[in-house]
Amino acid sequence: MAQFKDRVPLPPVNAQKTNLTCHFCIVGCGYHVYKWDENREGGRAPDQNALGVDFRTQVAPLTQIMTPAMHNLIEDSDGRRYNVMVLPDKACTVNQGLSSVRGGQMATYMYNPSGDAKARLKSPRLFTGAQWVDTTWDDALAIYCGVAKKILDKDGPSGLVFNCFDHGGAGGGFENTWGTGKLMFTALQTPMVRIHNRPAYNSECHATRDMGVGELNNSYEDAEVADCIMGIGANQYETQTNYFLAHWIPNLQGGTEAKRKQWFPNEPLPPTRAIFVDPRRTNTIAIAEQVAKDRVLHLDIQPGTDIALFNGLFTYVVEQGWIDKDFIAKNTTGFDAAVAANKLSLDECSRITGVPVAKLRQAAEWAYKPKAPGVLPRTMHAYEKGIIWGNDNYLIQSALVDLVLATRNVGRRGTGCVRMGGHQEGYTRPPYPGNSKIFIDEELMKGKGKMLTAWGCNNFQTTLNAQAYRTEIHRRSNIVKDAMNKARGATPAQMVDVIVDACNKGGLFVTTIDLYPVMFSEASSMLLPAAHPGEMNLTSMNGERRCRLSQKFMDPPGTARPDCLIAAAIANTLKSMYRADGNAAMAARFDGFEWKTEEDVFNDGFRRAGQAGAPPIDSQGGGTGNLATYERLRVMGNNGVQLPIKEYKDGKLIGTEMLYMDGKFDTADGKAKFLPSPWPGLPKPVADLKAKHRFWINNGRINEVWQTGYHNKYNAYVRGRYPMSIIEMNPDDMASLKIEPGDFVEVYNDWGTTFAMAYPEPDQKPGQTFMQFGYDNGVQGDVTTNWTDRNIIPYYKGTWASIRRAGSGAEHRNTISFKSRRYDRV
Amino acid sequence: MSDGLSRRDFFKKSGGLAAGAGLAAGAIPDVALAATAADAGNTVLPYPRKPLGAAGQMAVGQAVAFSYPDDASPCTVIRMGAPVEGGVGPGRDIVAYSTLCTHMGCPVAFDAKSRCFKCPCHYSTFDAEKGGQMVCGQATEDLPRIVLEYDASTGSVTAVAVSGLIYGRQSNIL
Repeated sequence: MAQFKDRVPLPPVNAQKTNLTCHFCIVGCGYHVYKWDENREGGRAPDQNALGVDFRTQVAPLTQIMTPAMHNLIEDSDGRRYNVMVLPDKACTVNQGLSSVRGGQMATYMYNPSGDAKARLKSPRLFTGAQWVDTTWDDALAIYCGVAKKILDKDGPSGLVFNCFDHGGAGGGFENTWGTGKLMFTALQTPMVRIHNRPAYNSECHATRDMGVGELNNSYEDAEVADCIMGIGANQYETQTNYFLAHWIPNLQGGTEAKRKQWFPNEPLPPTRAIFVDPRRTNTIAIAEQVAKDRVLHLDIQPGTDIALFNGLFTYVVEQGWIDKDFIAKNTTGFDAAVAANKLSLDECSRITGVPVAKLRQAAEWAYKPKAPGVLPRTMHAYEKGIIWGNDNYLIQSALVDLVLATRNVGRRGTGCVRMGGHQEGYTRPPYPGNSKIFIDEELMKGKGKMLTAWGCNNFQTTLNAQAYRTEIHRRSNIVKDAMNKARGATPAQMVDVIVDACNKGGLFVTTIDLYPVMFSEASSMLLPAAHPGEMNLTSMNGERRCRLSQKFMDPPGTARPDCLIAAAIANTLKSMYRADGNAAMAARFDGFEWKTEEDVFNDGFRRAGQAGAPPIDSQGGGTGNLATYERLRVMGNNGVQLPIKEYKDGKLIGTEMLYMDGKFDTADGKAKFLPSPWPGLPKPVADLKAKHRFWINNGRINEVWQTGYHNKYNAYVRGRYPMSIIEMNPDDMASLKIEPGDFVEVYNDWGTTFAMAYPEPDQKPGQTFMQFGYDNGVQGDVTTNWTDRNIIPYYKGTWASIRRAGSGAEHRNTISFKSRRYDRV
Repeated sequence: MSDGLSRRDFFKKSGGLAAGAGLAAGAIPDVALAATAADAGNTVLPYPRKPLGAAGQMAVGQAVAFSYPDDASPCTVIRMGAPVEGGVGPGRDIVAYSTLCTHMGCPVAFDAKSRCFKCPCHYSTFDAEKGGQMVCGQATEDLPRIVLEYDASTGSVTAVAVSGLIYGRQSNIL
């Protein structure tokens, strides 16, 4: 490559072409992977390259994206090197040829010994003799399983703790959730498991599920035909990009008018409107206003007042009669009790939320006022972390779904009450072996548990009260690490005894299973190398339940393995150990891990759910997952099938576009259930913080960075722009603290302290900030309280803190743009 | 090799492999199939030199359209009025960029107030004062920067290369 990075190789006509669903955000854009020998190139003529595009002349806009970031040179385990190019699929109904800044870099993040992913784990590692030492799987498993067995035998399952993913996409998928789930819940039978971004084994959507409304109940196409879209606590442009660009924006632009007329020929179809509920004016709102200025309403509520907002709107629409009384009577229960409990006048709603009454009334008219007598508008409600990580997850969802049910904005095309989602989904596991939710982080901090496995879950960066948590995990882990460092010449068997002895003295034996050494690895004694999509076959589903098979196209680096096969190796090693003990009963608990491939795992979990003779399996594929096979999914390509599958017919899998069209909901009696959700005010620990500290530390993802930045931190394009967590601040607030753009700032409160890079944003209200969540350099969770809702869902958004200038950002100012990240402000 | 042939295929078609098969082990046929010396010696594409005018006559803040390296590639040159990253000229303030968004090729528009380029299709924004860095958006590359030369003796500014791949091209030189 020349110094100007001004050319890329073209895939030749005979390049291998496979399907890859983007493994980052929930949307799951379809991509094609082209793979060909390193010494070949396609030609510029359309019949000389696999894209069929004529590169002899300038390619027209919107035809074909193909950038250097979409190409890489990889090496398979046999030593042969190949070009790979990962390009968005124009025929995929999800993204329609669009790439996001995240998915567009998937090729870059594939392993190459000198590329961005060169830090990938290639073999198991052990921290011993005060240094990391590569080791073999046999030795690593002998130690890991040896310790696990001794703890299991002496302390029972509760001694074994897991921080584990539960989602789809990278570090997840139906194969890996089943593999890990079967190990944790069927074989080890431990209830000491926490999930991904929260400190217990719980759902982020308990309330809506309790009400009979699953949280992914419509299709992306419904956003194209809605009369009104209400986006709540979500920043779609930055966090569900191509869902917003390919489905919401065309509707706001009027580009889907013909489809609306065709679908709904007998009702008025006013120009589509959008209502955004968010204390912050996001880039999404800025863009929507560019597209449809007079048809966008921003309800900029005071932080944590969503419940009051929905209760006010609910009360108002009930008073106005803008509800579906017939539906409420026939298909729901609990309406009257909810009306009584949630009663809140618009005046009181306005006082709490800070939104003027006129604006509240306008929102109600846009979203719920009948379009004609008896014709309710089709309003889609789409929410994410503003609610999920908001002031009482359970109550907010209850309040929102009450409003949605009363106005029947579920089970009709063009409606839906859905979470927007973070990762893709991909849940297939045995039932959780416990009857109550356990605040695992706090149990560990109290000294409970002896062995902790952080499995694709780097919650040093993604938990609440994170600084205190990190400090305590390090303290306990160091007891074990110190003992291991002193064990000179120890065999694996001897090391097991050293570790267990240290664990019995308050220590914690920590293992990280991940793609890279991550922040959690700093507190670990062992690392096991995992694989990600492209290096394994993997199935997941997106936010409209669209299940696709991402095909393997290269080998994982070194001896890295898919998580599900790591789980199998652990189970089979433990089985051998129990057999050697002559303990047949315990050995039998580890039966059923004879998997050789990811497909074996898929067939064992996802495809057995609900089948005769199968054990209980909680699967997002439901009882018809059996109809899906790898081959059938491969044939369905990047459009896959929307779960649950209805049938397999004429060589195609037929799925479900929208749930609850028949008015029957997921409750015992089939009726959706209203839940009382009176406005509770702010939780005391949060109210106390607010009273003491000047700034609201709102937080979340930003467009360019995926999750913890586990890939991005090695990527110059992303890291060069965001070397550490940014905190968007009002420029006047910055001036009052003598903070320049790019300066290091300390964010601190009663719970902890963290650091960020100041980023001026005129759209941030005075006293309100927005800090990047989950990044490795500046952990926002360090200043989050330990308050959770009844299901142990944190209130990450409920953080107030003080800010001081901690250092000069002169270097940042030389290379980093500090222009507004809002489209209409630049 | 941009003709769709691998080197092995090239050997086959030129008969080199067949000829080599009959030779003693270790003897490699001396077949003159290498690239030309001119190609082999360069790592920079054969970009044209295109004069853009005199630096002193460029108005501050005014975007001037031109095309480079050929007529199908729209670009903009701007004199910023203060030194900026990659700027040339006596004030180190003259920069130029391709105006095809690196995401999907839509024409980006220069906003004089913010000194950013804005894409109307998928809302990516690029900072003209920071080497075309993407401020926020969906592109995986910054805006391609037109490499400029400034001749102090004549005051002229000349486009000489492009740093970054222009949208819709396998190579910046068609």
